[in-house]
Amino acid sequence: MTARSTEAATHAAAAPEPAAPEPAAPEPATRETAAREAAAQVFREERVAILATLIRQAGDFQLAEDAFQDAFEAALAAWPRDGLPRNPSAWITVAAQRRAIDRLRRNRTMSDRAARLAELIRLQEQEHPAPGEPSAIDDDRLRLIFTCCHPALDPSAQVALTLRTLGGLTTAEIARAFLVAEPTMGKRITRAKNKIANAHIRYQVPADADLPARLRGVLRVVYLVFNEGYAASGGDQLTRGELCTEAVRLGQLLVELMPEQAEVWGLLALMLLHDARRAARTGSDGYIALGDQDRALWDHARIADGLRALEKAVRLRQPGQYQLQAAITALHIQAADPDATDWRQIAELYGALGRLSPSAVVAVNHAAAVGFAEGPRAGLDLLGPLLADPALQHYQPLYATYADLLSRAGDQAAAADAYRRAVSLTQNTVERTELARRLDTLAEH
Amino acid sequence: MPKYLMLLYSPDGDEASEQQRWSELPLWLELTDSLRDAGLLVANGALHRTYTATTVRVRDDEIEMTDGPFAITKEVLAGFYMLECDGLDEALRHAARFPTARYGSVEVRPIREPAHDGPLD
Repeated sequence: MTARSTEAATHAAAAPEPAAPEPAAPEPATRETAAREAAAQVFREERVAILATLIRQAGDFQLAEDAFQDAFEAALAAWPRDGLPRNPSAWITVAAQRRAIDRLRRNRTMSDRAARLAELIRLQEQEHPAPGEPSAIDDDRLRLIFTCCHPALDPSAQVALTLRTLGGLTTAEIARAFLVAEPTMGKRITRAKNKIANAHIRYQVPADADLPARLRGVLRVVYLVFNEGYAASGGDQLTRGELCTEAVRLGQLLVELMPEQAEVWGLLALMLLHDARRAARTGSDGYIALGDQDRALWDHARIADGLRALEKAVRLRQPGQYQLQAAITALHIQAADPDATDWRQIAELYGALGRLSPSAVVAVNHAAAVGFAEGPRAGLDLLGPLLADPALQHYQPLYATYADLLSRAGDQAAAADAYRRAVSLTQNTVERTELARRLDTLAEH
Repeated sequence: MPKYLMLLYSPDGDEASEQQRWSELPLWLELTDSLRDAGLLVANGALHRTYTATTVRVRDDEIEMTDGPFAITKEVLAGFYMLECDGLDEALRHAARFPTARYGSVEVRPIREPAHDGPLD
């Protein structure tokens, strides 16, 4: 929300003064404010839908984006002068088509230029531009999502393009969030758009046979955005919070467009359940573990939304990794207090998750959960093979979990060694402070 | 008559060198015409810049795609196919069918369309 309204406000400030007011017209200031607000609202609420359709019509990302921007600025100039149009969204759509035609006429280098021009002019000549069928708008938004997350684009470019196009974040905001210089991020986005145009990545929803794999790609991009915001691997807190909010918003768009896909609901549930606890996760002393979090700081409305999304997912009966992770998080949240956590069920869910999508992080969490359900020795048994894996020698969470289990098993000296190793393996200040604190607590015993 | 493939390598250009290459245009036209007139030219084409490339590998029956031209140094150019496809997805689908994709890689580069595409990208 913040990102979009900031962008809208910047343009509003640059709008030209309105022409001389008519006598009967409301005060210019009021008019201009109303026009700005209406424009900002269209920008906020209709931007993705208008842009998604315009990209299909104009056949080019950059052209459509530039034309949309032109139309938006034209609205800020015209609306205070002429009054609000009856249908602001249709006004912007028509104006953007007209600007796209102008730009196409000037740009002789665009591929399929003649065909594009003919199509846009045909659309312009329809006297009453039919308001797009809701299903057609949905199709365009899906096309946009799948194109931004196309596997032939570099993963970091998929993320940037998704945030830029679907999220409406500015290049500067994305660059800040990912700790990259703005020109570097600008180049990454431009190259992605050029590749789409020159390699002819078609603006389409994947065929049924490709859909499962392509959908996994889309979900991965959205979850990457969320994690970048949540994990706080760097950057300032504010921008990071916006990334989480943006990822949740993308998740909500996805469930709206693909309500029959269980994993889409599962991802939304997972993000909501994590995001609901964002405020409680860090305090003045750094990281706060789930068990120590002040539950009053949890966003209970968001938790309820998350649980509802999880329920929708489970009812579709297509198990998947996001649903399993969301179910694990839900069990943590639903425990009346940390001691009442259903570790046995959590351990089972981690086991299922490991069979579905094996990874080091799942294996470590499985061992930790088993450590709580069956005792630290059982957890340590599961960690054995991981500790012997050369690929995991620098994996901090492995040593943090190893230390916790050793400490609970009564081997304080070995636990201290493992904590020291974990501390040396983290770059994150908040994590390091927490690990050092646990190490100190150990020494006191 | 035996056939030979001419592989044209050039430095990954900046804008200045692109300009310079444009000034070579008459030389290219003259050369291409003379080869065609002599009945020697089978096919030719200019490629889009390397960042439009996609490299396809098939490992354990899974198709892996990488953005960019990332043949590893042990891999050498072994052959070529020029296909006309509906779009990149179709091209990538066929790229994954070549046996080379299972032990090497198939780099998919779009060919510039002189009638449509601009001089620079």
